[in-house]
Amino acid sequence: MNKLRRQLLAGPYLVWIIGFILLPVFMILYYALTNSAGDFTLANVLAIAEPIHRKALLLSLQLAFLCTLVCLVLSYPLAMILSTLRKNHQNLIVFIFILPMWMNFMLRILAWKLLLSNNGVINTILGVFGLPSLDILNTPTAVVFCMVYDFLPFMILPIYNAMARIGQDVIEAARDLGAGSVTVFFKIILPLSLSGVISGIIMVFVPALTSFAISDLLGGGKVLLIGNVIEQSFMQEYNWNLGSGLSLVLMVFVLVSMALMGSHDPEGGGAGVW
Amino acid sequence: MVKKSAQRIYLGLIFLFLYLPIVVLIVLSFNDSKSRVVWGGFTLKWYQRLFENNAISEAFRTTIFITLISALAATALGTLAALGIHAMKSKKQALMLGATNIPLLNADIVTGLSMMLLFVRFNKLGMSTVLIAHITFNVPYVILNVLPRLKQLNQNTYEAALDLGATPWYAFRKITWPQIRPGVFSGALMAMTMSLDDFSVTYFTKGAGINTLSTMIYTEMRKGIIPEMYALSTILFFIALILLLIMNFGSSRKEKLAKERMEIR
Amino acid sequence: MIKRLLTLAAGTLFAAALCGCGGGSDENKLTVLNYGKYLDPKAIELFEEETGIQVEYEEYITPENMYTKYKAGSIDYDLICTSDYMIEKLIGEGETLQIDFDAIPNRSNLDPTYFDFSKSFDPNNQYTMPYFFGTVGILYDKNKVDEADMHSWDCLWNEKYKGQIIMADSVRDSFMAALKYKGYSLNTTDEAQLLEAQEILIQQKPLVYSYLVDEAQDEMIAENAAFALVYSGEAGYAIEMNDNLAYCVPDEGSNMWIDSWFLPKTCKHKENAEKFLDFLCREEIARMNFEYVYYATPNQALVESLEPELQENTTIFPPKEVLDNCEILKSLDETATAKYNELWKEIKSTD
Repeated sequence: MNKLRRQLLAGPYLVWIIGFILLPVFMILYYALTNSAGDFTLANVLAIAEPIHRKALLLSLQLAFLCTLVCLVLSYPLAMILSTLRKNHQNLIVFIFILPMWMNFMLRILAWKLLLSNNGVINTILGVFGLPSLDILNTPTAVVFCMVYDFLPFMILPIYNAMARIGQDVIEAARDLGAGSVTVFFKIILPLSLSGVISGIIMVFVPALTSFAISDLLGGGKVLLIGNVIEQSFMQEYNWNLGSGLSLVLMVFVLVSMALMGSHDPEGGGAGVW
Repeated sequence: MVKKSAQRIYLGLIFLFLYLPIVVLIVLSFNDSKSRVVWGGFTLKWYQRLFENNAISEAFRTTIFITLISALAATALGTLAALGIHAMKSKKQALMLGATNIPLLNADIVTGLSMMLLFVRFNKLGMSTVLIAHITFNVPYVILNVLPRLKQLNQNTYEAALDLGATPWYAFRKITWPQIRPGVFSGALMAMTMSLDDFSVTYFTKGAGINTLSTMIYTEMRKGIIPEMYALSTILFFIALILLLIMNFGSSRKEKLAKERMEIR
Repeated sequence: MIKRLLTLAAGTLFAAALCGCGGGSDENKLTVLNYGKYLDPKAIELFEEETGIQVEYEEYITPENMYTKYKAGSIDYDLICTSDYMIEKLIGEGETLQIDFDAIPNRSNLDPTYFDFSKSFDPNNQYTMPYFFGTVGILYDKNKVDEADMHSWDCLWNEKYKGQIIMADSVRDSFMAALKYKGYSLNTTDEAQLLEAQEILIQQKPLVYSYLVDEAQDEMIAENAAFALVYSGEAGYAIEMNDNLAYCVPDEGSNMWIDSWFLPKTCKHKENAEKFLDFLCREEIARMNFEYVYYATPNQALVESLEPELQENTTIFPPKEVLDNCEILKSLDETATAKYNELWKEIKSTD
């Protein structure tokens, strides 16, 4: 009796789930599988095979992959260094690395635009030293730069958390038993931090794959990602069926990549990040 | 020793990468020149213009309003839901948690678009649609923070209290609540962070004339860069700095207190 | 007790939902949709103070963007400003309401010439009120280009300026330049001509620094590029901010456009909208907006009161011989629109 009554507490949320989680997903499905006249069609989903859309999806996958890789390569050593710092320093330093994340996402993009433009800060500095200028604004490179900047903390934190949980005594015990640094790394640190790496990869890859604002603002209209194609079919071309169809494909890609990563994740990942 | 300095240099480089863009924004906010690279002397005029700019202050207020209301609502809804879900049998529980995962796993753009499709079909876009959308993607964070706390809770104490004649409300207040409170607070905090930084979902679900800072800066940037944005960045950066400092030292003080208490016992 | 908690939570939720939509759905409101950077925000504040009408002001980037926002039906707009061909399309679809010009006494400030111009898309001058007009041309940095190159659309394909060209991120404007360069009409629906235009636009892609709309002037002021395809008003504003810049309309001819206000069918506050239009026609308000956007204004009263120097500024007020060489964009039918969109998307996605 009591338990049943307590279950009722989830009632409002159940209503919310049906109204605002399941129904919207159903709406996407409905629009994706119908044409403008409301008849059933698979054309919107199959449209992903058209050269324009395929190219956009491939470019998104490529950039997201690159961004995740760079984030991982930068974060892993960083997290390792952080976790060996003295405990009373640790909080402060981790704090320093997440602070930029608390500034508005858009303003971070703005900052990169200023740094990278033809006449921007970086080129001016290069000019002073007589070095050739970097023309990377409005190219995929600029987009990846900004993605790395935006999503780096999402990689640092989970890896750091996983490493911080490795007891120093475990490592010392291994050392006492004669393990060298390489062995300690491969036998202890790497396996025990893997769950963090996987949450990090998920938390960086998905937003990088689906982002549209960064490429919009730093791509100069030349970097067309799948997110941009979807946004434009909704907001410019008034073709909601096509947009939904492509969204559905994107959803599948996200779910598949999560499932792939998740199957390697011993602890069920993402939530433990904070 | 070499290793130590190599580590220092590495930390320094990442630090530079993270803070160089922010430093540039801060420096430019005091630059008395329209140019983005030439230093034209110190000025506070961009700050003055920022405060005179009604669109920006309006967007700032809207952002705070949406963040607070949606986090509050999501915390209430999510905490209740966690209590309810905790009392469920594993099958029902899995179902509820599966649905909870949808907004977490889905890409922002898809969440935003799907809600837009729903709202447009049945209603008009306005402030309430943005709030509903924010609450929707916030609730899962609350649930996922509260649920583990409930699992750690010893169910017997609660039931013992009931057996001893406590009302469920009293038992909840005295036993359950103190245990789940940290989870509720960290859930609320995460919800606020998510709302504060959201762009995509707001972009697709907002009605006419409603702008959060993110959507406003986006539209402004599509029109060109105005120096007021540098001033805004500087202010937001220092607000974030102060907030995080308070939270950091606040929580470490509390931890110390807790530790002391433990030692006394 | 749990019930009380429940009602409390439900109460919070409802309160949250209410303070959202409770913002007054049928009050003294006016929902306006306009191009970005196209009206001085101070003018809106003055209007609100004077009339007590609360203005909800929303912006869009391209006419296609506006069409979607409006057609989505998710927001009931009362008053919209957009370009000639898009208005023609909306009038054709029966989406416009007649304006009661008797409620707009200040209309007498507007030069009737421009109502005549508007007849190309609003034959009886029933639905629209002109706001600004201008040309499309090239804004260039005198230090970075050879000025002689700028008098032909040829410059857009000149290897000399590789990586320094800003193109318009807008279908019709980009095609306009290519079609005019090839000597075709900017309203062509001939597939061969369109394909030819597409081909040269793809060829041009490696030379382009970026595709922008409203940001272009800002990039030019910051001297990040050599020249940009822009609207005359953007040029006027940019030249004001940076003396190194200049503007010209290529000799092959270009696009002359008029942006006008119209009342869409969703208009719920017609009187307020007309009050707003009347307000915009006032000389001092027209001046505020003119100084904010720097496009040619049809407000005769304002033009006459401007300093002669400004009146003679050919960037802002295009001379007659330039206008005679220009065409107005016409609305395309659905198939042609789809064709343009498809070709444009292909251009944008080519490496």
